[in-house]
Amino acid sequence: MTSNSKSEQLSTHSVRQLINEKRSSKSLVHVMGKIIPGILFVFAFVSVFTTVGIIYTLFSETIEFFQRVSFVDFFTGTTLRPLSQNPEFGILPLINGTLLSTLIAILVAGPIGIMAAIYLSEYASERLRKKLKPMLEVLAGIPTIVYGFFAFTFVTPIIRAVWPSVEATNILSPGIVMGIMIIPMVASLSEDAMNSVPNSMREGALALGATKLEVTFKVIIPAAISGIIASFVLAISRAIGETMIVTIASGSSKNVGFDVTESMQTMTAFIVEVSSGDAAAGTTIYYSIYAVAMTLFVMTLCMNLLARYISRKFREEY
Amino acid sequence: MNYMDQAQVEKRMKRRVTTNKMMRKLFLGSTLFGLIVLAILIFRVLYQGIAWIDWNFLTGTLSTNFENAGIMGAILGTLWLMLVVIIVTLAIGIGAAIYLELYAKKGKLQELIQTNIANLAGVPSIVYGILGLTLFVRLMEMGSTVLAGGLTMSLLVLPIIIVASQEALRAVPGFLSEASYGMGATKWQTVQNIILPTAIPSILTGAILALSRAIGETAPLVVIGIPALLIPFPGGLTDRFTALPMQIYYWTLDASLTSEYANLAAATIIILLLLLFILNSTAIIIRNKYQQRF
Repeated sequence: MTSNSKSEQLSTHSVRQLINEKRSSKSLVHVMGKIIPGILFVFAFVSVFTTVGIIYTLFSETIEFFQRVSFVDFFTGTTLRPLSQNPEFGILPLINGTLLSTLIAILVAGPIGIMAAIYLSEYASERLRKKLKPMLEVLAGIPTIVYGFFAFTFVTPIIRAVWPSVEATNILSPGIVMGIMIIPMVASLSEDAMNSVPNSMREGALALGATKLEVTFKVIIPAAISGIIASFVLAISRAIGETMIVTIASGSSKNVGFDVTESMQTMTAFIVEVSSGDAAAGTTIYYSIYAVAMTLFVMTLCMNLLARYISRKFREEY
Repeated sequence: MNYMDQAQVEKRMKRRVTTNKMMRKLFLGSTLFGLIVLAILIFRVLYQGIAWIDWNFLTGTLSTNFENAGIMGAILGTLWLMLVVIIVTLAIGIGAAIYLELYAKKGKLQELIQTNIANLAGVPSIVYGILGLTLFVRLMEMGSTVLAGGLTMSLLVLPIIIVASQEALRAVPGFLSEASYGMGATKWQTVQNIILPTAIPSILTGAILALSRAIGETAPLVVIGIPALLIPFPGGLTDRFTALPMQIYYWTLDASLTSEYANLAAATIIILLLLLFILNSTAIIIRNKYQQRF
């Protein structure tokens, strides 16, 4: 009986009316459909808030810092003595340390990473590649604090055994270990670039009688060069921002120069040093970490944007 | 007429082939170099630390005497941190990914958010530490608590989980959602009942990988002032805490004075690596077991 009366009731409505009724109903499903996109949008916007938050905090405190220390003194000063009676805030020692450790890292990771990429992309069989690549990427998954421990308690003693004038904390050992850490980054990204070179080009060169080595250097690398350079730039950016390895293994001397046997401090290590020794909020030294972090942020951002620009602009399309 | 000097060709050929073979070995060596270092690192840590791991070490509190030192506080701290990161990043990360993949209109705004996420992934972790220090610890007056640490870490790994979730959602084939719409489902019903359940294994895989990044990070924790002192075990979101990486950091620093601390640091590293290994294995199992191919 009930079903009969229901169908009678329904028959008085056209389908169009039913749809309209459904649309205007305030059922849960309907309300959800209206609210959910808004909530999701807010979630997606969290990332924008994060960026705004980073830029705002760094910017406002950096401005505070530059009211105490002149802009020119900060960027051209070659001495950093934040704790002395006449404190001096020159960032150059930190930039020196950062660039030197990054240079050592890229000297290690660049050649090894690209050669590993060549092997994986051009020489290894598909089966071997599928095994080796994830194993190599484990290196990138090891926490940096573990690399710091490794550099300090294993690599440094070995270096000192063969080169006694190296100090217990030096820039060389963390530089090398940082290089090992970023090998997978260079290898993986370069390999992706080489792998995306179409096979027809490889086969064409092989058919002309070239060896695999010649194919690699005369065909594959020129074709994949934008991806390879981009991987280098990203690796450099990663090395600049790396913190724990240099903090542990390179000490806190603010030396300037190219002597890799000495302890040097990077920008990141300075931030750690200041923030782990209770710098009271409001002191110049407290604000100095924001100025240093701002410099660090701008440097890594530029490198990342450069990497994106290179891989977009110079990509060869086949 | 002599087109080719056979002897000359063979001489050159030989050299080219030999170079190729030698370089092949060099390339293989480079690939293995990283793996060998990895093996040395793991062997070295095991050798140094394994003898120190016993029940007392796992369940003990920190002690000024290295023979009695334990890491229960650090383990609990890391677990609390994981809890906060899981809840915050899963909710916000999946939500953001659904918006960007399924709701956002292709245009300037979507492009902006996408570029922004890509750039955030490249920001050094220590900068997130400074954001956490300023925003959570000082401005919101949370102090160096579980919540402040967890939120800082969540912001750090959010780009990773958003990108992974987006890829997972993109991999759900169109015919599934079209069938759902064809049955009269609304967009949200389709997302809730069809797209999300299909994509969730891949999303979880990405989430676990992001989580393992979060528990290994040290720099942000140092900056927001996480101590490694004799403090009570954390029991809630507003408690102060220490975490495994912090413990490793302080013991490594102590090692230059008393060499036994290096062994304690190594033992703690074993626990941390074990935790990461379990997390990553879970991710791989989930991926292999539940991931559907269409």
